[in-house]
Amino acid sequence: MTKAEALSSERLIWMYAQMVRIREFEERVKRTFTEHPGVMRGHAHLGDGAEGAIVGALATRAEHDLVMPSYRCHGYPLVLGTPARNLMAEIYGRKDGVCGGFGGSMHLADPARHFPCTSGIIAQSIAHATGAGLTAQVKKTGQVVYCFFGDGATKQGGFYESLNLAAIWKLPVVYVLENNQYQAYTHVSLEDANEMAGDPLSQKAQAFSIPGETVDGTHVLEVFEAVGQAANRARDGKGPSLVEAKFYRLSAHGNAITVPPVPTQFPEHEAVEVYGNKAEYAEWKSKDPIVKFRARLVGNGTLTDAAAKQIEDRVATEMEEAVQFALASPLPAPEEAVKHVCA
Amino acid sequence: MAREMMFAEAMAAAIMEEMQRDPNVVFYGQNMAMTERDPFLKRFGKERVRITPISETAEIGAGVGAAMTGLRPIVELYMNEFMLVAFDQVINEAPRMRYMSGGQVKVPLVLKAGFGFAAGWAGQHSNCLYHTMMGIPGLKVAIPSTPADAKGLLTAAIRDENPVVYLHHYMLMLDKGNVPEGDFIVPLGVADIKRAGTDVTIVATAWMVKKSLAAAEELAKEGVSAEVVDPRTLAPLDVKTIVGSVKKTGRLVLVDQAPRQSSAAAVIAGEVAEHGFGYLKAPVRMVTALDTPIPYSEPLERYVLPDEEKIISAVKSVMAKQSVGV
Ligand SMILES: Cc1ncc(C[n+]2csc(CCOP(=O)(O)OP(=O)(O)O)c2C)c(N)n1
Ligand SMILES: [Mg+2]
Repeated sequence: MTKAEALSSERLIWMYAQMVRIREFEERVKRTFTEHPGVMRGHAHLGDGAEGAIVGALATRAEHDLVMPSYRCHGYPLVLGTPARNLMAEIYGRKDGVCGGFGGSMHLADPARHFPCTSGIIAQSIAHATGAGLTAQVKKTGQVVYCFFGDGATKQGGFYESLNLAAIWKLPVVYVLENNQYQAYTHVSLEDANEMAGDPLSQKAQAFSIPGETVDGTHVLEVFEAVGQAANRARDGKGPSLVEAKFYRLSAHGNAITVPPVPTQFPEHEAVEVYGNKAEYAEWKSKDPIVKFRARLVGNGTLTDAAAKQIEDRVATEMEEAVQFALASPLPAPEEAVKHVCA
Repeated sequence: MAREMMFAEAMAAAIMEEMQRDPNVVFYGQNMAMTERDPFLKRFGKERVRITPISETAEIGAGVGAAMTGLRPIVELYMNEFMLVAFDQVINEAPRMRYMSGGQVKVPLVLKAGFGFAAGWAGQHSNCLYHTMMGIPGLKVAIPSTPADAKGLLTAAIRDENPVVYLHHYMLMLDKGNVPEGDFIVPLGVADIKRAGTDVTIVATAWMVKKSLAAAEELAKEGVSAEVVDPRTLAPLDVKTIVGSVKKTGRLVLVDQAPRQSSAAAVIAGEVAEHGFGYLKAPVRMVTALDTPIPYSEPLERYVLPDEEKIISAVKSVMAKQSVGV
């Protein structure tokens, strides 16, 4: 099933709820820097703005399919069913975190829910996802691997090597290129040859002679259809595809990089902070994928305004509970650090 | 004349001055020179100051090629881990070209990267990778601990005719110190005694120098006089100054943020074993990170890394001539 019209009301409402959950989770991560200074360390990257791409793609997934994103990884496990509180606890470096405090924001993992691990080094996880496709092929599991990565990552050797390998071996991988138009502080127009020539980034698929398509990533159902088609192709043994979801990251790349004990929190988005381009930010903010999807669902009667509000309230409660749980969770015992070095 | 500067400012000043002095110096990397406001871009223009995509193999490899053909590139890499995707260029290209060409070509290239960010950056962004690089003949490794050294070593690195990996510690970026003005160079291969002492030699680099100096102050209160030696470059390594200090104190503690087996400390301990064994009154101690990746959560991270307390306790055990079991 890859046609959006075929989606049941129940499924559409589920999709909306997942998008709201990701947004609220990320808002709470961000607020932690001001509400509980010092609780979060290192570098956190948020997926607000990416909800259409994440949920649109994952809504096409069969129960056992694998999900392998980059370090900007908070949203995916939420959709897979990892409790928000254990994700928040990990980001707070607590014992009850999904990785026991060993990984943090950039390295969430929940292999039992088909979310093996994440890498903070650009494009390396594209190769990992390709290898997961190899497992699925060799073991004939019927799994499809959903590999997510950024526009910036497509300038790295790991991207080209992996997609070529997946193409020649016909691996069951869907490569979802999340074009949020920035790699850290650099706008895509400063670093991508296709973009500079006025071509879509999905054109890179031609280098591997595989399907490549660009969709509006602020439109969850467009992503659903394109990724669904690519997943079917992978499931049918026809190999990988590249789907570019074009959207906009709504927060800054990450919290400001400082040297402790100098406090850190999220600066303004780079469009404003670096390029002084408030108009660009305002334009994309007006295309918020959640606002758009809500309007659509309420507009066509799938959801009443009251029912939508109910979802939003429920999610707010869930995430408040996650924050409180994470704050109350103990820090790991120092001596634990020598565990887990080898299996 | 000297001026107080932050570590980060001192590095920028070195690049600025060398670009001014030599039109062959070019400077590029990711997430830099994004707008016209960038001070380097303003001064030297788009030709010599460039932004790159996330393409370390091309960034470093192009640096090697440009260096062999007449430019003197400085590649901004941000974190030493980001070199790993292009480690062939760092380890097996840049330092090999001169030798393989029978001395015909040279590769005046600076690879500038931060490291050791012990601030919750977890397993892939907090590492110390100098051990591998210091063991590659043809590759120099500079590792400053103060703003003055930061400027002097970077200037020397840019003027050097060989590939130099210039590593700056993230935890020191905001530290302030006096930096001599004018043409100021710290030659590659000359250690510095950061604190004179008579009872024990502490050899440390970068952030560990700061921790060792703090430990030395504490030890002084208890009547132990520690000398702190900063090699400043790991390749070439100034074994002479280190052994000279050990000759004076008779005791050696090596402090290193890297895991034990990949520490510079292990290499230096070997040099002292060969050249300074006769001077030692007690077994050598190495205070290194534990052999684990760097964990995210603060108590875990603190547990695996060297700190003042661990340095003080190692010095005391050396003063008491205690050996530690394997
Ligand atoms: C090999 C490597 N080089 C540089 C970095 C530093 N870095 C971290 S995030 C990032 C930007 C990535 O941009 P993109 O792929 O578009 O993903 P997004 O953050 O937009 O989701 C960079 C350059 C890194 N992690 N790894
Ligand atoms: Mg991006």
